[in-house]
Amino acid sequence: MMTWDTLWPLLVAMGIVLAVVPIAGLYMTFIERKLAAWIQNRVGPNRVGPLGLLQAVADGIKIFLKEQVIPGHVFKPVYIMAPTIGLICAMLSIAVVPFGPSTSEPTPGFRAIIAPGVDIGLLFLLAISGLSAYGIILGGWASNNKYSLYGAIRSCAQFISYEIPLALSVIGVIAAAGSLNIERIVNAQGPGIGSWNVWWQPLAALLFFTSALAETNRLPFDLPECEQELVGGFHTEYSGIKFVLFFLAEYTHVVTISFLTVLLFFGGWHFPGLEGEVGSTWGGYLLRWGVLLAKVAVVIGVIMQLRWTLPRFRFDQLMGVAWQGLIPLGMANLAGLAVVLSLGLSRWWMTGLSLALLVVTGMISAATSNKLVGSRSRRSAPAASWKTTAPAGGTR
Amino acid sequence: MSEVVESGAVAKAKPEKRVKWAEPPQIGFAEALYLPAIVSGIGTTVKRIFGKNETRQYPEVEPEIPPNYRGVHRLNRDDKGRVKCVACYLCQTACPANCITIEAAPAPHDDPNWKDRDKFPASFEIDELRCIYCGMCEQACPVDAIELTSIYDLTGMTREEMIFDKEKLLEVFDKTSEGGKDPVRTKRGTLGPASEILNEQ
Repeated sequence: MMTWDTLWPLLVAMGIVLAVVPIAGLYMTFIERKLAAWIQNRVGPNRVGPLGLLQAVADGIKIFLKEQVIPGHVFKPVYIMAPTIGLICAMLSIAVVPFGPSTSEPTPGFRAIIAPGVDIGLLFLLAISGLSAYGIILGGWASNNKYSLYGAIRSCAQFISYEIPLALSVIGVIAAAGSLNIERIVNAQGPGIGSWNVWWQPLAALLFFTSALAETNRLPFDLPECEQELVGGFHTEYSGIKFVLFFLAEYTHVVTISFLTVLLFFGGWHFPGLEGEVGSTWGGYLLRWGVLLAKVAVVIGVIMQLRWTLPRFRFDQLMGVAWQGLIPLGMANLAGLAVVLSLGLSRWWMTGLSLALLVVTGMISAATSNKLVGSRSRRSAPAASWKTTAPAGGTR
Repeated sequence: MSEVVESGAVAKAKPEKRVKWAEPPQIGFAEALYLPAIVSGIGTTVKRIFGKNETRQYPEVEPEIPPNYRGVHRLNRDDKGRVKCVACYLCQTACPANCITIEAAPAPHDDPNWKDRDKFPASFEIDELRCIYCGMCEQACPVDAIELTSIYDLTGMTREEMIFDKEKLLEVFDKTSEGGKDPVRTKRGTLGPASEILNEQ
């Protein structure tokens, strides 16, 4: 069954992913440092090579040549395995993500996806991204260090909480395309800019982006590795190449969720003016690839921008956002979607419903959070206590 | 007596007037939604990206050091090129870090150049590692012989080379006075009151 004709597209796609993702990861750190510097009125790395462009290479070389410290108190087999598991899970989830324009049905020859035409694509992706928590949890546990363990526990709670709104938010997308196959989901958004999922499911897009951001353990959801409380979090005891593997897993996640956000909600490689079949002409093919990568770059930019804009959540706030905000919203969104789809109403009802849900949530949240702070009419109570606690003899 | 009662009564009757009650801000619809705040935050950071950056490219662009900066010491020369120091030990006494070591010697009287001097420093050492750059030696000097320059980037590979002797301190004077960056306290050629008396003699 497996002949050379079916094997080589697979190997080429795998080669591209395996080569590009680590390099992209290195350069994302560089871009992130530059962006951070610009936001903080600094210049950023500018010494290595022209405009500092070789900084990423220098960082890579440095970290590969670093000493491998394995502390004496760790559980060695799991300690060594954990970063690899994290990276494998991060890389596995890319297998079903088309990184270039693809047709709904797999074609012979080169394809910009490792595993084309997987009919459980999105389900596979959700399952694998859930698995990637193992890397962090095992690493934190095997480090035999309370800070690492705290980081791991937080990460575990975070993954469990944010998996739910993540899954709830993609159901609408699946229902629209009638398939879990990501290529089909993208091609269902083909006809015109109006058919992008984000227009009729803005709330689902927001929920998806937020919970996916939480899955990457980046700010404002980077509690598993928050420096101020947990030293380094789950990677406190890691150094050298093992630390890099954790780091690479994080950036691979960022790449994956950026691709997914674009593919599921922003029309993937479709853009107004680019009509016709995907593989019909070379120019159209490359143009579509450019469109996809540009959209992904914008999403990655937004993720980096958010990192330097938002402060980190407190842990109870993190849980509150998921369980009191995102999950009820996801449920309500799903119920609305079910009504709209089963009654056969126009898709645009869903847009109004999403906005209405957002407004209702805001109103409920505003009403309850003021009640939690306490009653406004405190004027009499502290005055009375001031009288009673005043010293009897006075201090004059 | 009645005044005390009255003021007490006033305080009891109107305690609220003296107290300013601060209300915690209400969380409105926009704050509860998070989104407007996030969008305005992104607006702020995006504005910053295109703003002016404050970085000085240090090794290439050096900072403008004010002339009254307290940096590396120098030993001044007088008009005849001799060391201005008269070995009075005042700086060594004033130094809180004990980093100055002076050995005095009688001025060579057979040399006509040194006729107006009693003493001169045979050796003058400052341990730059020990110095706290407080400038008290400069204040104590009656003849304005020791001064702190605006040289701030002093480095060395060994502790020994950071102990500056008389020649090295005079070299610092030559270097800084040629560069036109004299310390603000004295001008070249103008001597302090004590050395002016010496000159008149």
